Amino acid sequence: MELTRRELVAAFLGSAVAASACKRESAPRAPIPGAVVDRAVELGHRLRGGPLPRAEAVEPVDVLVVGGGVAGLSAAWRLKGAGVKDVRVVELEAEVGGTSRSGRNAVSAFPWGAHYLPAPLEDRGPVVRLLREMGAVAGVDAQGLPTFEEELLIQEPDERLFYQGHWYEGLYLRVGATPEDLAELARFDARMNAFAAARDAKGRKAFAVPTALSSDDAEWTALDALSMAEWLTREGFRSARLKWLVDYACRDDYGAVSEHVSAWAGIWYFAARQNGQGERSEGFLSWPEGNGRLVQQLASSLPPGAVSRDVLAHTVTPGEQGCRVDALDARTGQPRAFQARQVVLACPRFIAAHVVEPWRRERPSWLGAFSYAPWVVANLTLSSPPASRGFPLAWDNVFYESRSLGYVVATHQLLRQDERGPTVLTWYLPMAGADVKAEREKALSASYADWEALVMADLRPAHPGISAQAQRLEVQRWGHAMVRPTPGFVWGPERRAAAQSLGRHLHFAHTDLGGLALFEEANWFGVKAAERVLAELDVRSESWL
Amino acid sequence: MNKTLLYITVIVIATCGLVYELVVGALASYLLGDSITQFSTVIGGYLFAMGIGSYLSRYIDKGVAQRFVEVELAVALLGGLCAPLLFLTFTLTDLFHVALYGSVIVIGTLVGLEIPLLLRILKDQLKFKDLVSQVLSLDYLGALAASVAFPLLLVPKLGLVRTSLLFGILNAGVGLWSTWLLAPLLGNPLRLRVKAVLLTVLLVVGFVLGDRLTTFYEDQLYADDVVHASSSPYQRIVLTRGKRGFSLFLNGNLQFASIDEYRYHEPLVHPAMIRAGKVEHVLILGGGDGLAAREVLRYPEVRSVTLVDLDPAITGLATRYDELARLNGHSMTDGRMRVVNADAMRFLTEGTQRYDVVVVDFPDPNNFALGKLYTTGFYKLLKKRLSPDGVAVVQSTSPLFARQSFWCVEATLKAAGFWTQPYHALVPSFGEWGYVLVAHEAPGFHRPLPEGLRFLDMATLEALSQFPPDMGPMPAEVNRLNNQVLVHYYEAEWRRWN
Ligand SMILES: Cc1cc2nc3c(=O)[nH]c(=O)nc-3n(C[C@H](O)[C@H](O)[C@H](O)COP(=O)(O)OP(=O)(O)OC[C@H]3O[C@@H](n4cnc5c(N)ncnc54)[C@H](O)[C@@H]3O)c2cc1C
Repeated sequence: MELTRRELVAAFLGSAVAASACKRESAPRAPIPGAVVDRAVELGHRLRGGPLPRAEAVEPVDVLVVGGGVAGLSAAWRLKGAGVKDVRVVELEAEVGGTSRSGRNAVSAFPWGAHYLPAPLEDRGPVVRLLREMGAVAGVDAQGLPTFEEELLIQEPDERLFYQGHWYEGLYLRVGATPEDLAELARFDARMNAFAAARDAKGRKAFAVPTALSSDDAEWTALDALSMAEWLTREGFRSARLKWLVDYACRDDYGAVSEHVSAWAGIWYFAARQNGQGERSEGFLSWPEGNGRLVQQLASSLPPGAVSRDVLAHTVTPGEQGCRVDALDARTGQPRAFQARQVVLACPRFIAAHVVEPWRRERPSWLGAFSYAPWVVANLTLSSPPASRGFPLAWDNVFYESRSLGYVVATHQLLRQDERGPTVLTWYLPMAGADVKAEREKALSASYADWEALVMADLRPAHPGISAQAQRLEVQRWGHAMVRPTPGFVWGPERRAAAQSLGRHLHFAHTDLGGLALFEEANWFGVKAAERVLAELDVRSESWL
Repeated sequence: MNKTLLYITVIVIATCGLVYELVVGALASYLLGDSITQFSTVIGGYLFAMGIGSYLSRYIDKGVAQRFVEVELAVALLGGLCAPLLFLTFTLTDLFHVALYGSVIVIGTLVGLEIPLLLRILKDQLKFKDLVSQVLSLDYLGALAASVAFPLLLVPKLGLVRTSLLFGILNAGVGLWSTWLLAPLLGNPLRLRVKAVLLTVLLVVGFVLGDRLTTFYEDQLYADDVVHASSSPYQRIVLTRGKRGFSLFLNGNLQFASIDEYRYHEPLVHPAMIRAGKVEHVLILGGGDGLAAREVLRYPEVRSVTLVDLDPAITGLATRYDELARLNGHSMTDGRMRVVNADAMRFLTEGTQRYDVVVVDFPDPNNFALGKLYTTGFYKLLKKRLSPDGVAVVQSTSPLFARQSFWCVEATLKAAGFWTQPYHALVPSFGEWGYVLVAHEAPGFHRPLPEGLRFLDMATLEALSQFPPDMGPMPAEVNRLNNQVLVHYYEAEWRRWN
């Protein structure tokens, strides 16, 4: 079925964008040079396309990490920290980083996925350790809380919102808010502050980063049973603006609207990264390449040659002495095989279920509980910053009436006074519909020309004339971008079952094991799997967790 | 129909028409310089547009009287507001040329419609030969009146803004009395009358406030002749000259007036120079006019001065524009001088050389991009580039007009780990102005003030660090890249004075 331009925009971004973008459509312009850059479809097919060849020669290795995302690299980093020498990471893509990967062109580095890290509140755990290694921690304050290098914290202005032709400061739509709206916002903030301050009898935070450190008291975990939207209704929150803010939060962190996110996860977003005074003490850390900077830090800590790119692991067979891992060179199609004493499988569940040999024969019972939201990320290079009416260009620029999340400005964090030069905007679209499979098909079926039309239709109402500034557009589709914390999932039995090691040689790591797609979760599970490996190898090392 | 009144109408219309033309022409040459070009293009364009108007009049068939009154009201509105609006576009946007020729064409066309329409209204009242001779002679008479009154009376007494508003009022008056004069020919005079009255009120209000507008734009902004005006990608640069010397404006903000700039630059430079351990290598950030450099170069020990300014247009002007070069003592072409057109923040990040003295002379923090240059983030970079016994100075806006902003800059420098010494000086063109001297540790005094200063001596210098109560220290947050509180303070404080 062929959609008209307007139908296409309405289908992906909503009818409000379709109406205002098509109103403003000027004479047709030359297409913007660019491409869809992912290999999503091609590699998926290979995995599912029947039996793959097996190599004769087997490469022995002490520890093999499958997957060079944040979780896999964190595992290797942890092992390096304990002095384990023979560690190999295999990554199917040409670059490490997974969903925290980044790119670079003549104008700037830019993220392809994750773009920020909330500054840790406490001076412990592996994330602060990593930040300290990269020189991002400036010191500790009088309360012993870490402080961070100023240029890494998001510079002002950090956020703005576009609504009916005008940009406004901040993410809550204050203009036109009634006293009732504002009262609800205040009540909501007070509730979230109380959740942030809440501790159980053992002194654990009710909502902690990573989720593994949160209290398991039913007082709070019961919230996992209902959706965030239901919780809002139950608590008497009716303001449309507040609902928008909560939906925005759920779409931003989980790729799903509040109807499909558990109330526990929804509250976690607002309560876990602050100390109960309402203020995030230090805010967000970000770099032009987003969390790609953290990936680079992890990767650079490893010895040269430790990471093999373009290697697709397709079968992991646990045995008596270790695991055999069969793989393909993704460029040449040549088979490769490894015999590892220990394996950390740092890929998401929907891949693990295909790759682990026993699970291929008997589908694991937990698999159905894991669902993933597709996302599309586009990087648009502009000859100069976009012109706008109202509050000036910020780091995060959000459209109130669109289903996209707007865009982040990659050059925002550069230390410079002159902001007029070329820049790169990273545009985010979570495909947040209820039926993730249909959403995935929709995302994969759109052509480059469609994406060009969509991205520009989204930007044009806020930035008339932006088409003339556009120099290049690259589009990345993430079919399984983020695990969705649907009601019942975070505190349900499946997630915990999936995190158990399979025998003594095969351990799992990935952000989806935490139920939330976040750097801290991926890092936590990577370090945790590595520490299991250390125990199996009898290497003594104090825990980093 | 009362003939005398009709004739008066014609004279008024004619005078108004010419006055707008003169106002726009004067404004253009005043703001853009090169008056011959400005006047001839404006007059040519205006006459041409009048021709268009006359031609278009043939397409008005019905309700000629009604259209005539409407044209009068439109001319009153556009002609009356042309000067204030053009001033505004000049100061606020880059679209001055568009606005200028746009208004020439629109007003000219409307004025061109007036006389043909009037002739047609009167054609039944008079014989054709009398009609033409009387109307046209009165038209030229009005033009004479305008061109005599404009330079002798109107501009000196009223200024451009109020002149244009006054004639707008007269035009609206013509519209209003025409509703009586032509009442028999008008369908619904009442509606037109109401419009005319509203318009008159608007213009009268403008005229009364115009006094303030005029002072704002003309006395404060460009009281003098514009001798140079250009736009760079970064800013609008205007140089004016008057009885008391000349002045430089960037985006409409006064940078210096030659008559008292020494009262700004001597305190900016010398306290740092006499207290630095050495003064061999000096860095100036901002200050593209070369005036701070002039003060620095008074010291024979200085071996290099590096001046970093974003805008090549301004450093070019300071190098090549004779009077400016004379004022800055030809500092820009001194052998010790190195001019770098670069982003100061990147310059500090990218290099490593340390400087004995750093003069930080940026525009006031009135937006986020400039606000960055006043953050702990920036000052930490500065600190790395200052030699161990070096001294830096930061222009820190007015402690009187923007008291909290000033003390915010001081608090921010302290938070960046500097020893600080705030002080201030009175610069009549600016008012009370503030500076903060900074160093790694409290510096001593290492050399005397140079000969030939007009404002500073040691006794004066000591007094500058005394703050009277209305400018004294007050609590302020530290300005950081991730909060930019200074921009908010600054905006709130200056709003009170403007
Ligand atoms: C658009 C988007 C925006 C995001 N924004 C943020 C953000 O701002 N902040 C934040 O904290 N988090 C964000 N996230 C979440 C992000 O997913 C996590 O921060 C983190 O990157 C997850 O890392 P991971 O290693 O667990 O998983 P993945 O990123 O999925 O890494 C898995 C890796 O394994 C590789 N792999 C998979 N199968 C195989 C195989 N068979 N053989 C070899 N290699 C294989 C993959 O190629 C990939 O590199 C975002 C995610 C997306 C998609």
